[in-house]
Amino acid sequence: MSKLILMVFLVLSIAFLLFSSSIYADDAVYIKKPVAYDANLQKEGRLVWQKNNCHVCHQLYGLGGFLGPDLTNVAEKGYNYMDTFLKVGVNSMPIFNLTKEEKLHLFEFLKATNASGSANPKDYKILMDGMIVQK
Amino acid sequence: MKLSKNTGTLFLLTGLGLFFASIIFGFLASIIYQYPEFLKDSLGLIKLRPMHVSAALFWILVAATGAIYKSLAILTKKDSYPLLQKIHWGLWIFSLLGIFYCYATGNFGGREYWEYPPVFAIPIGLAWLLFLLIFFLKVKSIKKWPVYVWMWMTGIVYFLFIFIENYFWVIPYFRESFIKDMVIQWKAAGSIVGAYNMLVYGSVFFIMERISKKAHTGFNKWAFALFFLSFFNMLFNWGHHLYLVPTNASIHYAGYIVSMTEWVFFIKIIYNWKKQVTEAEAFYHYYPYRFILAFNFWLFFNLTLALFMSIPVINLYMHGTHFITAHAMGTTIGINTMILLAALFFFLVPKKEHHQSQLLNTGFWGIQISLLVFLLSLMAMGFVKSIWFFEEPQAQFAEMMARMKPFTLLFIFSGFSLFLSFLGVISGFVFMLFKKHP
Repeated sequence: MSKLILMVFLVLSIAFLLFSSSIYADDAVYIKKPVAYDANLQKEGRLVWQKNNCHVCHQLYGLGGFLGPDLTNVAEKGYNYMDTFLKVGVNSMPIFNLTKEEKLHLFEFLKATNASGSANPKDYKILMDGMIVQK
Repeated sequence: MKLSKNTGTLFLLTGLGLFFASIIFGFLASIIYQYPEFLKDSLGLIKLRPMHVSAALFWILVAATGAIYKSLAILTKKDSYPLLQKIHWGLWIFSLLGIFYCYATGNFGGREYWEYPPVFAIPIGLAWLLFLLIFFLKVKSIKKWPVYVWMWMTGIVYFLFIFIENYFWVIPYFRESFIKDMVIQWKAAGSIVGAYNMLVYGSVFFIMERISKKAHTGFNKWAFALFFLSFFNMLFNWGHHLYLVPTNASIHYAGYIVSMTEWVFFIKIIYNWKKQVTEAEAFYHYYPYRFILAFNFWLFFNLTLALFMSIPVINLYMHGTHFITAHAMGTTIGINTMILLAALFFFLVPKKEHHQSQLLNTGFWGIQISLLVFLLSLMAMGFVKSIWFFEEPQAQFAEMMARMKPFTLLFIFSGFSLFLSFLGVISGFVFMLFKKHP
């Protein structure tokens, strides 16, 4: 029985490694909206998002904290909208003293999240098998 | 009791300290939902949430490590490699001190659940590598592995792999596409829960085998079948976190189909119910068993929630709402914490006759009732948000939050009651631990 157990364990592990590798190598861009953004700056913006723990209160595609709104598509409201909240703060949101460069990077990141699609559940359609896809 | 004599004990008690810290941070964080200005200029949610979540996560990892060391000492009838185990513990202490210092001073840089600067992943990774080495050195004397040794091995090996994957983002290549980065982040976040659940579930299996004194259960075919089903889910069901994320459809379908195999667990729990009631009558006053019984109830509760959330069309209405928080907290408290509290009692205060305590009894029931109200209030908050998502015209976010207010208050009060109940159980446990029993 031990050999069988080991075999099943190895087969599942190999399948997992193959599936994982296909995800790491996936070069598809998955852009749903014609929004231009700087691919290099958005990478830096992701780090600004992390360094300031934005996910503690906010979500991207519904994943994150629930004290503040989802910010996947907030870039549609423009740079000044984001900048005002960062400068003034609101309720439990503190004032973030980000540099001009950090704010630009963060906005590029938010433009990239916006370009990828919509996080609004109303923008999804239900398929016959129960799956959901963006309209 | 000489606490330093066994490293398993040190791990278990370090875990208990982390759990205590987690419930304090969690309670303080919950107040912010009602009073946004609370501690805004000192800690705020930005510091409190990582402190709470990391302390809870580390409680599970550290206490599960302790439970495995204790179990292996019983299985192999010796506590071998004490120096390596002490180094292992030392690496954890170093990491924990550094991480919480960074949190207190507002030095972040990591991602959700792992917000500390990524440099601390190195000592944690080394600690895990050492754990892997010690584990294999210890189990080499066991000729035929029972299912829980397989579970521990799987949990340790895969935790290390997924923990490394969790840090792929430090390489710019993985951040080039926002969607790919997000998929890898939630792939790792989903699978890593499965990996540490293997450690915890293996421990509960070992404890139950010892309580029931049925040595053959660890070799039961059903036990191995369920182990492989859990393993299969750990590897492939994480796609259910990503139904809304526009990525490769194969990820969504793999998550959907694999998650549905969990109905087998659901049916098996119901099937075992009657047997468990009979057992409960025999062991009710023994706290390790009582916490395991509570774990079974919460497993059923959370599995039901998880199964529905894994159906994409239902997920559409629950995703991005407090249903997710209810599920996460339900599993962390109801499943992992119940098992690890059972382990603390089983390994450190093993005698049934020492478990007669009114404080413990009140604390135990306080936890169960408060947790139920706590989770229901979160689900009610989720329901309010779900309705808001689909209303036309949609109200402002702040107005939706105001609609939640009665449930938010219930969430805070039940959270406080949960905090006090846990405090009762921890105090009762510590009192028993240091009391000189005749």
